Amino acid sequence: MRHWIARQRYLIDYTVAALARRMAKNAGLVAVYTALVFVVASVLLYSHALKREAGFLLQGAPEVVLQKLTAGRHDLVPADYVEKLQGIRGVRSVQGRLWGYYFDPLAAANFTVMVPPDRVIPAGSIVIGEGIARTRGAAEGDVMAMRGSDGALILLRIAEILPRDANIVTADLLLVGEADFRALFGITPGLYTDVVLSVAQPREVRTIAEKVLLRLPDTRPVLREEILRTYEAVFDWREGIVLMLLVGAGLAFVILAWEKASGLSADEQREIGVLKAVGWETGDVLTMKLWEGALVSGFAFLAGFSLAYWHVFTFSAPLFAPVLKGWSVLYPDFRLTPAVDGLQLASLFLFTVVPYVAATLVPVWRAAVTDPDRVMR
Amino acid sequence: MRVRQFRFSDMALGLISLALVAFILALLSAAGASAEHWTANRQIVSTLGLTDLCIVTEARYTRHLSQADGHAAFQDHPMALEHFPSGAILSPPPHLRTHAPLDR
Amino acid sequence: MSEAFIELRGVRKAYNEGLPNQFWAVDGVDLTLERGRVTLLTGPSGSGKTTLLTLLGCLARPTEGRVRVAGQDVSSLPERFLTEQRRHNFGFVFQQFNLIRGLSVLDNVMLPAFPLAPPHGELRSRALQLLGELGLEHRSDARVEWLSGGEAQRAAIARALINDPPVVIADEPTANLDTHLSKAFLAIVERLKDEGRTVILSSHDALVAEATIVDRIVSLRDGKVVG
Repeated sequence: MRHWIARQRYLIDYTVAALARRMAKNAGLVAVYTALVFVVASVLLYSHALKREAGFLLQGAPEVVLQKLTAGRHDLVPADYVEKLQGIRGVRSVQGRLWGYYFDPLAAANFTVMVPPDRVIPAGSIVIGEGIARTRGAAEGDVMAMRGSDGALILLRIAEILPRDANIVTADLLLVGEADFRALFGITPGLYTDVVLSVAQPREVRTIAEKVLLRLPDTRPVLREEILRTYEAVFDWREGIVLMLLVGAGLAFVILAWEKASGLSADEQREIGVLKAVGWETGDVLTMKLWEGALVSGFAFLAGFSLAYWHVFTFSAPLFAPVLKGWSVLYPDFRLTPAVDGLQLASLFLFTVVPYVAATLVPVWRAAVTDPDRVMR
Repeated sequence: MRVRQFRFSDMALGLISLALVAFILALLSAAGASAEHWTANRQIVSTLGLTDLCIVTEARYTRHLSQADGHAAFQDHPMALEHFPSGAILSPPPHLRTHAPLDR
Repeated sequence: MSEAFIELRGVRKAYNEGLPNQFWAVDGVDLTLERGRVTLLTGPSGSGKTTLLTLLGCLARPTEGRVRVAGQDVSSLPERFLTEQRRHNFGFVFQQFNLIRGLSVLDNVMLPAFPLAPPHGELRSRALQLLGELGLEHRSDARVEWLSGGEAQRAAIARALINDPPVVIADEPTANLDTHLSKAFLAIVERLKDEGRTVILSSHDALVAEATIVDRIVSLRDGKVVG
């Protein structure tokens, strides 16, 4: 065993010495490969963690959210709908929701304004998410001016700022009392943004939704399971930018490995012949080349993944910020809970290491098994 | 005292060991990650009756992914082909792509 | 007392087998070489000297015939055992030296021993000692492409000796050297002979043919022994 280790060390000595002959090129290769793994791993880690977090958090979402559609656009729900829904068997409770979007010209940011169902916010007060506080530079006790639908200014005092740890769900929330909400948006009493249903039997939820549709054909129910599935599909590798990224990464890899895979130059062939002539067996030559491929791709994988992990979970993926932020101003600053998917990790490992090792090893095969005198001719 | 000779394999194995250590630390960190604020946040979701995570605040249909319908993106303009960067990476929810009776 | 060390019986070697341009580089050679002697192979170019050397040194297998080293038949050995033979019994000095470019002299010299994995410190001192005996110790860290012709040859010789082989084979050793360096080379051969090694040379240099240390001259023509 010790002898085996000693032999491997000698073979590694040779393979690294051979790589070091063209230090800049090979160091660049390792760096680029690591960067490639870093980008792909960052995306995989980010999307997996986000999906996992969403899957857990949104289990608290409403069982059915009912929207009203008029001419294909979201419309306000009249109060008599609420009464009609209460009559359906299996429906445990019906509650009208009031929420909407407010564009704040001062910060040039969009807020989600909402009347919370669980508490009563006194008139003239608001509770804001940490994202809003940061964007506006506001603190508890400050007064925010908002422009109502009639153009008039409404002054609201910040009673509370929601905790930073809750940013992932509340960063842009502005909680306000019902009267203030209706005044701000000019929504008359008797109209709601949408309606939330809770059902007695969770397994009956689809049937109940279908009953709702029969009774109120111009509505659109969104079920909790659909909400959860939305987030499972987000950042799916088959979609949009992630697919582009993977294709790009694949192409980059092909370019990287092309030079290795396209066969040995005459010089390289002669070197293999020399090694065999001085007493290296075919197995020694192949093992040496295997180490080359394994060390380069192994390092790229380990370092690339580790860097990606710290990038996503310690620094909250700053490289993705420009893409996710887009044109918006309010960028939610939240820390994802670290999670690593074993299957993704294994796939990443396989795709990083195996093709590269094969690309390094296979072209050498022919030269390695040939009798040395033939190679040196 | 004889100085130990520097060998290339020392450098290579050293580098890869460093990378391996960083890798293992990352995995351990993930394994030991506590999810205390998960429960708190889930409570917030359920008391406030929220339907979406606040990942992006760019457009309505990227802020409330699950609430968007097939027209949401075009509510601004019928010819409004994707012009929000985040809309390019956040695709429409899957329940819009099936054709079940509940799909609208 | 010298005895038969390397024996060739009816050895033939063909290149481009099966193709229309097939030719026999070595065409029926019977040869017996004795241990501890210096043998010289001469003949015009194309006479099969280099091919014969590769057959003697277990670098290639004959198409027909038998090769015996120290009584053991090596011509039909599988590649693995042939390599072992090569490693333990033979040190080859090529005409083009064939040192690995980009590596230092010391690394080149130690290279043949890598698969055997001796303790690193020991291997290194042995290599430095060999280089010292050949007057190259001061160049041990230099890259081989920076060496002069004579230095490169001595590095190649050191490499051939690292595994302490009983047989040293050199192909056209003086072809790229001036008279002074050729004589220096012959002095090295004398030292090898004094150490009890068997030396096989191929050359068409008169200087080598006339050297006193040469015990036997074998002349080749068209792949056959003629003298």
